[in-house]
Amino acid sequence: MIRFSLSGLKPSTLFRVRGGVHPETRKFLSAGSAIEAMALPALIRVPLQQHIGAPAEPLVKQGDLVLKGQLIGRARGPVSANLHAPTSGKVIAVGHFPAPHPSGLPVPTITLRPDGEDRWGPRLPRLRPEDAAPEEIAARVAEAGIVGMGGATFPAAVKLNLRGKYPLHTLILNAAECEPYLTCDDRLLREHAEEVADGAGIMARALGVARIIVVVESNKPEAASAMRRHNLGMGYPIEVKVVPTQYPMGSEKHMVKAVTGQETPARALTAELGIVVHNAATAHAVHLAVRYGEPLISRVVTVSGRGIARPANVRALIGTPVADLIAHCGGLSGEPEKLLLGGPMMGQPIANLRVPIVKGTNGVLALSPSETHRSAAMPCIRCGSCVQACPCGLTPFELNARIQADDLEGAAEVGLLDCVSCGCCSFICPSNIALVQGFNFAKGRLAEKQARKHQQEETKRLAAARSAREEALAEAKRAAMAKRKAEMAAKKAREAAEAAAQPDGEVVK
Amino acid sequence: MKLPQVASGPHFHSMFNVPRTMVAVMVCLAPATGFGLYQFGWPAVLLFAVTLAAALIFEVLSLIVAGRPVLPFATDGSALLTGWLVAMTLPPWAPWWVGVLGAFVAIVIGKQVFGGLGQNLFNPAMVARAMLLIALPVPMTQWVAPMGLKDGPGISEALRITFGGGPGYDAMSSASVLGHVQSQLDAGRPMPEILSSMASLHDQFFGLMAGSLGETSALLLLIGGLCLVSLRIIQIVTPLAVLGSIFLLSGAAWLIDPEHFVPPLFHLASGATMLCAFFIATDYVTAPVTTAGRAIYGAGIGALIWVIRVWGSFPEGVAFAVLLMNAVTPLIDTYVRPRIFGRTRSGKPLPLAASAGEKP
Repeated sequence: MIRFSLSGLKPSTLFRVRGGVHPETRKFLSAGSAIEAMALPALIRVPLQQHIGAPAEPLVKQGDLVLKGQLIGRARGPVSANLHAPTSGKVIAVGHFPAPHPSGLPVPTITLRPDGEDRWGPRLPRLRPEDAAPEEIAARVAEAGIVGMGGATFPAAVKLNLRGKYPLHTLILNAAECEPYLTCDDRLLREHAEEVADGAGIMARALGVARIIVVVESNKPEAASAMRRHNLGMGYPIEVKVVPTQYPMGSEKHMVKAVTGQETPARALTAELGIVVHNAATAHAVHLAVRYGEPLISRVVTVSGRGIARPANVRALIGTPVADLIAHCGGLSGEPEKLLLGGPMMGQPIANLRVPIVKGTNGVLALSPSETHRSAAMPCIRCGSCVQACPCGLTPFELNARIQADDLEGAAEVGLLDCVSCGCCSFICPSNIALVQGFNFAKGRLAEKQARKHQQEETKRLAAARSAREEALAEAKRAAMAKRKAEMAAKKAREAAEAAAQPDGEVVK
Repeated sequence: MKLPQVASGPHFHSMFNVPRTMVAVMVCLAPATGFGLYQFGWPAVLLFAVTLAAALIFEVLSLIVAGRPVLPFATDGSALLTGWLVAMTLPPWAPWWVGVLGAFVAIVIGKQVFGGLGQNLFNPAMVARAMLLIALPVPMTQWVAPMGLKDGPGISEALRITFGGGPGYDAMSSASVLGHVQSQLDAGRPMPEILSSMASLHDQFFGLMAGSLGETSALLLLIGGLCLVSLRIIQIVTPLAVLGSIFLLSGAAWLIDPEHFVPPLFHLASGATMLCAFFIATDYVTAPVTTAGRAIYGAGIGALIWVIRVWGSFPEGVAFAVLLMNAVTPLIDTYVRPRIFGRTRSGKPLPLAASAGEKP
C-alpha cells in the first residue's frame, strides 16, 4: 500500500495548482465514525427546488398518501430534477417553508408526515447497464432525480448527456473533499467503494469514455486504498490519484489541472477538454438508481463541529429537519457561534433549525467560537497573502478596493468574474476583511446592472424597430398614394388626348 | 439560539491577524536589538524606550485627531514596530529628542498623514531615517565603541548622556564601515590598505564594532529574518533579491577594479543591509504584492543601495534606496500581476487547442 500511495504523489503524475490554503481540517472529529442510519423524523419537508435550474412541478396535493420512492415532483424544463417521496406517509401540505439558505425565505415545499412503515412503492424498472444504451442510462439518472452531490447540485443527467456535444475521453470522480470537517465522501468510499466503482463504471458507459480517475486528497489514505481494492467498475479500469491536501483541490477546474495538467479556458467547460467531473456520492446514487431502481431519497451527511455533542456521519432522508439530525448526534453542546449547511469555507449559515437538508447538503456544522477565530476587520495592510492564496490568480485586495469605491466595472476588468468564491483570500486575510462577501455582492450587482442594460438595449431596439416599421408603413402608403395620383394623372391625360383626337365623339367610359 | 450573522463563507479563519504578525516581527528583531542594547549600554536602552514610547504616544494622538477608534489601532502593534525600527537605526548614544523626532516623523508624517495603517506610500521608519540623516547630520553620525552593559556608563551617567544634552563622551565621528572606506578612498589610499585598517569582516558580521543601535550584528539580523521566513510571514524572494543584486553588482565591480571597489562580502556583512533585506524591504504596506513584483522591487533596492554607497555622498544608502523603490511600488503592482486561471497573460481565455495540446 505504501508503494502505491507514494506513486500516487509522484510529481510526474501530478501538476501544480497555484495558490490555495491549508486550513485545519478537523476531520478527525467524525472520520472515525461509520455511516449510521437514523430514526424516521416526525416531519419531512421536500423543497421543490434542490438543484440548479427550474423548480420541480408538484404532483401531489394535501391529503395524498404516498409511498417511499414515489415521484412527487416532476422536472420542469431541460435543467431541473425529479423529486421522490423519501418515505411513505401523508402529504400534509404543499405550500411554503423557509429555505435551507441564509435568507430563510419561504420557498415552495412539500411537507410529508411519515406513517412509520417506510413502505416502498414500485421501484424504477430494472436496467442492466451492461446492455443498456448510454441514452437509457442517462434517462434513468434523470428519472431518479440525481444531482451533483458535492454541493453544486447540477442535474447529473445533463452532464451525462454531453457525449454527443464534446469528444469526451475521461471521467474524473471527485472524492477530494477538500472542505474541512466533512467526511461523508471519505466514509462512503471506505464503506461502499465497490458500489462507487460500479456507479463510476455506469457513468463512464453513459459518457462513452474509457478512462476513470478517482481523485482523493492525501489525508484520506483509507478511502484511497479502498478504491484501489475496487479498481474496476463495469470492466473499466479505475485509476486512483492521491492529490495533496490543499483547499480548494475539489474545485472542478483546479482538480482537472492538478490531475491532467490541462487548464480549462475561462468561461469554458471541462467537457471541452474531454473531461467530465462528477462527485463520488453522485456515482453511488447512480449505482443505486440503475442497479436497484432507487431514486435519490437519502444521502450521507457529516454532522460535526465542536458544537455537536457526538459528531457523526449519518445517512439521512432528503428533507430531514436539521434539528432532528443534530438531536440524533446528541444535540448541541453549548451555544454555537455558527450553524452551517455544507463546509466551513463555502457553506451557508442558517438561522432556523427546522429547515430541511436537501440533495446537496453534505454537512451540518455547529462551530464554537474557539474554531472560527473571528476578530474585527482592520484596514488592508497590502500583505499580499490574498494574492498568494488565490487559486484563480486574482488580486483580491485590489478587487475589494475597487468594489469599495463602487467601481464595479473596474473590478470586472481585473477579473471579478473569474472569482470562484472559494474563500481562500478571506480565510488567510490577517486583517479579517470579508473579501468574498464583497465579491459576491459585486457579482450580484454587476449581473443586475447587465440585466438592466440588456433590458434597456432591448427596449431601445424594439422601439427603434417599431418606429422603423411605422416609418416603412407610412412610406408604403405615401408611395401607394403617389402611384395612384400618377395613374389618375396619366388616365386624365390619356382621356384628354383621346378627347382631343376625336373632337366630335363622346367620351367613352 | 441567536440569529447568526448572514455572511458569505468562509466561516472560519486562519490563526494569523495583524497584531500577531507585528508581534512575530518584533520577536524576530529582538535578538539583534537585545545584542545592540547590551553592547551600547544604558544610554541605548533609554533611547530605545523613549523612541518606542514616543511612537505609541504619537500614534494615539494622531488617532484622536483623526477621530478614529484608538484602542484597536493603537494595540495592533504597528506603531511599536515602526518606533522599534526607527530606534534600531539611531546612533546608540544620541540624545532623547532625536528619538522623539524620529518617532514623530515616522508616525505622524510617514504614516498617519497618509491615512494610517496600510495607507502609507513610503516606509515610515525609512522616512524618519532619511529625514534625520539630512536634517541632523552631526548627531546622526556620532558613534561610540561597544563597551558592554557593565563596563559602560551607569544609569545616572546614562540619564545624563541621553537627557542631559551635549555629547559628554568620546564620539567617533565615522563608524559606518562603508562610509569610512569611501572617505579613505577619496583621500587616495588603495583599497587593501584601507581594508586592513578596519574592523575585520568577522567582527562586522558578528557586530563587535561601533554602529547604529540595532544594526551592528548582521548575523543576529540574518537569524531573525530567517525565522520570519520560516514562519511564512515574509517570502524569501525579497531578501534574496536585495542581497543577490548587491552581491552581483559589487562582485562584478570588485572583479573589474579591486583597487577602487569594496569586496562584496563587506556589503553583505553590514547590519544595515541585513536589516533592510529582511525587515525593511519586506514591509507589507510599501512593497509590491506579487512574488515577481517583490523580486523586481528587492533587486531595485539592492542596486540602489550599492549605487548610493559607491557614488553617493551619504555614508548609508538603505533609506534612500527603499524610499525610491517605494515610489515605484504602485507601478510594479499595476504591471506585474499573476496570470488569471484559464486566461492568457493578456486576459484572453486560453485557446482550447493549445491547452489540449498539453495533454500528458
